[in-house]
Amino acid sequence: MNKTLLIFRHEFLHTIKRIGFVVMTLVVPVIALLAIGIYQLVTTVTEPSAVEVTTIGYVDELGGFDGYTTQGAIEFARYDTRDEATQALTSGDISEYFVIPHDYILTGLVNRYTLEKQLETPPSMVAAIKNFLTSNLLSDRVSRDTAIRIEAPLYVVVTRLTETGDIASDQGGYGNAIVPGIFAFLLAFSLNFSASYFVQGLGEEKENRLIEVLLSSVSPRQLLIGKILGLGAAGMVQVAVWLISLPLILGLASATIGGFFSTIELPPNFVVLGIIYFILGYLLFAVLSAGVGAISPGVREGQQLALVYTLFAFVPLWFSSLLFVFPSSPIWKVLTIFPITAPIAMMLKLGVTDIPAWELAASIIILALSIIVLLFLSIKIFRVYLLMYGKRPGLGEIIRNLRNA
Amino acid sequence: MSSIITCEHVVKRYDGVVAVDDLSFSVEEGEIFGLIGPNGAGKTTTIRMMMDIIKPDSGEVTVFGEKLGETTKNKLGYMPEERGLYKKLRVLESITYLASLKGMDRRLVPEKADKLLGRTGMLATRGKKIEEMSKGMGQIIQFITTIIHDPMLIILDEPFSGLDPVNTELLKDMCFDLKNRGRAVILSTHQMNQVEELCDRILMVNKGRAVLYGDLSEIKSGYQSNSVLLDYLGELGEVPGVSEKRARKDHIELVLDGKTTPGEVLAYLVKHDINVNRFEVATPSLNEIFLMEVGKHRE
Repeated sequence: MNKTLLIFRHEFLHTIKRIGFVVMTLVVPVIALLAIGIYQLVTTVTEPSAVEVTTIGYVDELGGFDGYTTQGAIEFARYDTRDEATQALTSGDISEYFVIPHDYILTGLVNRYTLEKQLETPPSMVAAIKNFLTSNLLSDRVSRDTAIRIEAPLYVVVTRLTETGDIASDQGGYGNAIVPGIFAFLLAFSLNFSASYFVQGLGEEKENRLIEVLLSSVSPRQLLIGKILGLGAAGMVQVAVWLISLPLILGLASATIGGFFSTIELPPNFVVLGIIYFILGYLLFAVLSAGVGAISPGVREGQQLALVYTLFAFVPLWFSSLLFVFPSSPIWKVLTIFPITAPIAMMLKLGVTDIPAWELAASIIILALSIIVLLFLSIKIFRVYLLMYGKRPGLGEIIRNLRNA
Repeated sequence: MSSIITCEHVVKRYDGVVAVDDLSFSVEEGEIFGLIGPNGAGKTTTIRMMMDIIKPDSGEVTVFGEKLGETTKNKLGYMPEERGLYKKLRVLESITYLASLKGMDRRLVPEKADKLLGRTGMLATRGKKIEEMSKGMGQIIQFITTIIHDPMLIILDEPFSGLDPVNTELLKDMCFDLKNRGRAVILSTHQMNQVEELCDRILMVNKGRAVLYGDLSEIKSGYQSNSVLLDYLGELGEVPGVSEKRARKDHIELVLDGKTTPGEVLAYLVKHDINVNRFEVATPSLNEIFLMEVGKHRE
């Protein structure tokens, strides 16, 4: 067998047998399945019991708030004075009460009293009190249907059309962003772990001088390419497990939980671009790791140095909320074109908005060119520094040695 | 005998400093060759060039007359001074991987590995992880990985350091076996007694240059001193032609006057009925020669 293939085989098998790799690969589908299972269990257990009705009190100092005392699962009990309401609260008859003061119409102010320490009034409670007040205020003035519409004035349903006026196959929305978002997150971790394994493996081989035995059998180029391919294949297995399990799990979630999960769909070209960006992203991180591993005297120094670029992979995730609000922000253009952030940024952006062809082309071309240039440099660094064990060289020394190499 | 590896006028510099300076030598089939020299003399750089791990700046290294390349790498076996294997791998996996990188058919490895593990008394460890083994055991495994593909030239860098006497003898026996099967063994070590015991020829390097090169016994005879070592019973008295007597632990050293030969001294002793237990022309040990040569170049 070709020696590059032997190294590839060894690195691949060595990596997929690592406990960290197995855990990282299986943790996503297992946690998702567990979450669905727990949801099913909880809903089965809680289903038979009827929705618990909460009774809250109110004191109507303005007058006229007598009807509509049932709002969903909340019952409104009237008390004539604040003292009576306070007594009912402390004795446990009601969970809380509120007072509608004389000047409510002018101020809109309602005083709420509760025994619980809360950051703010729960939204469901605010909605129930608001609907109770609105219904009573509009009673006899408008029809019941109009009153209901005033309480809930709109549900926006968006339909995206193509330029020819047909309904677009890709409708966008959060349902479209969820899979690329999860994939981007996992890809960042996968690249991070792969880079870490690469630097660690090379560091160990340098520390125990196995590198000399390897280089007495194969060339630096064979060693480098075998390692990149072996670790890349392992990463591919990881991503494949996620890519295959993600739609299955989301399908299962959609069937069992429904709601938001049923709106989830894959953006067009997602799988193709996901694979392209995985491969390019992986190659970029691998060549960077090869260079870092070669100049580092041991595992620890290598991993510290690798943080410089592995942390960059997470930058698009830090800015992801900005993407959802301002998808066409120039920051996103920079992140999708800068090679180290491009794979993750592009996956995130793919789920949120359309990406112009020029941006996609620029991103892929710059990423590919960076890989070629860095591969060339890494092979040189590999040759020069693989057998140097002392102190890590400075940047000036590296540049000087590369010129002479 | 034909040359297995030949180095001709090999030069290597690092950052302008000459590590190996115009070194020429060859290693023949069926010999154990000592590569000796003080720390920083250029031994490791020379070995790395022989293994094609680094390229010489000038000069040429050939194996069986062929330039170094992927095929010649398979004919060589190398055990570096600082030893290590993949800690998480099992013994047989380690041997198989490293043997396959030397071009050996993976299917043939287990049988051969078992033979060598059996010979070294380590067959029971074949399924163990490297991290579970002692340093000495790991060293024997590494020796096995160095020779399993039956290389023509085996380079051993300080092979005996860290080994107990039993394993040291075992390794020596295996070196003699390799020699007897026509393989060449290069021994790089600071242990001069091992070199004297094992090596047929030596190359002593200092500051990147060859200081001594050739047959070990010839080199030693070139350092013959003008004295004889004598262990005897009886009264010696004055011996003609001896200018000085130096008492040693279990013998005396007779320094000759330069006109008298050792044979004449022996004839005198026999004639005067001195009971001679040991009579030996004094030659310095390799260690003394080493110190002498290295000291000479330090001055």
